[in-house]
Amino acid sequence: MKKEGDIRIPSGCAIAAVISREGHKMSGETITNAMKPMHERSNGLGGGFAAYGIYPAYKDFYALHMFFDSRSTRKECEAFLKEYFEIVQSEIIPTRKIPEITDEPIIWRYFVAPLKSMLVNLQQDEKEYVARLMMRINTEMKGAYVFSSGKDMGTFKAVGFPEDVGRFYKLEEYEGYSWTAHGRYPTNTPGWWGGAHPFTLLDYSIVHNGEISSYDANRRFIEMFGYKCNLLTDTEVITYIMDYLVRVQGLTLTEAANVIAAPFWSTIGREEDPARKERLTYLRTVFPSLLITGPFSIILGYTGGLMALNDRLKLRSMVVGEKGDKVYIASEEASIRTMEPDAENIWSPAGGEPVIVQVKEGAY
Amino acid sequence: MIIHAEGLEPQAINDMIRDSDESCTLEGCCGQRFIGAGMSDKDIEIHGIPGNALGAYLNGGTVTVHGNTQDAVGDTMNEGRIIIHGNIGDAAGYAMRGGKIFVEGNAGYRAGIHMKAYREKVPVMVIGGRTGSFLGEYQAGGHIIVLNLNEPDKKIVGNFPCTGMHGGRMYLRSDCRNVVFPDQVTARPATPSDMEEIRESLEEFCSYFDRDTEEILSVPFTVIEPDSSNPYRQLYVAN
Repeated sequence: MKKEGDIRIPSGCAIAAVISREGHKMSGETITNAMKPMHERSNGLGGGFAAYGIYPAYKDFYALHMFFDSRSTRKECEAFLKEYFEIVQSEIIPTRKIPEITDEPIIWRYFVAPLKSMLVNLQQDEKEYVARLMMRINTEMKGAYVFSSGKDMGTFKAVGFPEDVGRFYKLEEYEGYSWTAHGRYPTNTPGWWGGAHPFTLLDYSIVHNGEISSYDANRRFIEMFGYKCNLLTDTEVITYIMDYLVRVQGLTLTEAANVIAAPFWSTIGREEDPARKERLTYLRTVFPSLLITGPFSIILGYTGGLMALNDRLKLRSMVVGEKGDKVYIASEEASIRTMEPDAENIWSPAGGEPVIVQVKEGAY
Repeated sequence: MIIHAEGLEPQAINDMIRDSDESCTLEGCCGQRFIGAGMSDKDIEIHGIPGNALGAYLNGGTVTVHGNTQDAVGDTMNEGRIIIHGNIGDAAGYAMRGGKIFVEGNAGYRAGIHMKAYREKVPVMVIGGRTGSFLGEYQAGGHIIVLNLNEPDKKIVGNFPCTGMHGGRMYLRSDCRNVVFPDQVTARPATPSDMEEIRESLEEFCSYFDRDTEEILSVPFTVIEPDSSNPYRQLYVAN
């Protein structure tokens, strides 16, 4: 695998998502097709998808999706996994041989449960335990990458155009209540399998169109809390920031959005609602290092929902539409119309205004 | 001529339009970019969603869209008309230097960014609805007119309008009490002679979208112009 940093390619991106508020399952075909009218936003150096609700038979187990550069790396990694997890199922992720996708690594998935004895010994929360171990594999194990580690969800990514990546992974055979997608046009760094979006940790996944000017400031801060940014792509840090703010700090999604896309002080100063003003001031003051500057439109996937967000200056496009129980989000309206020609209430959220879509309780 | 756009690449669509001697109607357009780019004197009707940079470098003729449009419509257009029966995306009329854009609905962020004028060339953009933030960013010339006809209870423009504006004129159909403008522009109630300057454009807008000019004029407008006593002198160096 040619890694980020080995070559430099000057360079945009495409994102899309669909979710059923009723928790109705959809095959991956819809979201794959949604990427076609946005073909020009990608350049073939990365495409990927996140799907929620796809592994109902293993819903109590963490689904680890992994890339290995060789058989021996896989054996070594499996030995490591067995020290910490009970592996209930391990298998190759089924793919389709197509000329558009080449040089694939070994692509494997494991359904695992943390070993109870280890959890007790380490006195760690289960999710924290899994997150730390995923960081360790990605940091310490050369040639092995975990690219998905949540329950009843999975990401599928590759070097290629997203519509081809969807066919490569046979996404039409998966049924999920929520899907996100990304087509990559790398800025400054080459495409490699691990650098394709979504970037995930536990069940959080991020697809991102943009470039983070504040990357290093964000990275330095987040790495103080046990995260390691080792995939050398800016988007990765957003995933860890969201995990930190929402899972670890317990912020609501709206609060987390107000941290990473905080309004200007001048805008906060003019805020008429005193409670909102106080909250925005508090969040900007407590988490100044997690403000993400530079252009971005992102979609955060998580168990039971999605959040779409633009940078506060709205330097990237994003459109939202609805039809029945479904909500559609995409970089371009054309993509939404491909998923649902009769989509209604088409609107563009303002910069820094999070759009949160929650699946009804009990339906996921 | 009717062009069925499904599955066609933008080049193929533009070639068909260019080779046609009559007006063209596109059916089933879905995301194809650069439609009508650089063309002169073509009448193009579009059903569906045209892609980014619709009518870029347009040099005459009319592009009519029955639906919403995406980003950078009329980028650097020089002449002609773009008429949108729907909303327009971000960066509408980017650096346009001539011609007119009429929008029935709302505009996204940065409408009219770096619009400019030169001698007889005075571009005009009329937005029937509201606009996002950074309206008229770096505006250097031309007229940006926003009417807020559809949801009058909502704010006519987002945050930071006229940032970097140093030329041209903006007309907002509102008293603008709730709008904060930067220091380098002045906002004042429109005078009858101000309104006379845009009357023709308003009448044209009304002809496309079946509106009544007098009704539009019944609400006072605010005119925003760069403050010539507080220009960008010494922004970088004293000279």
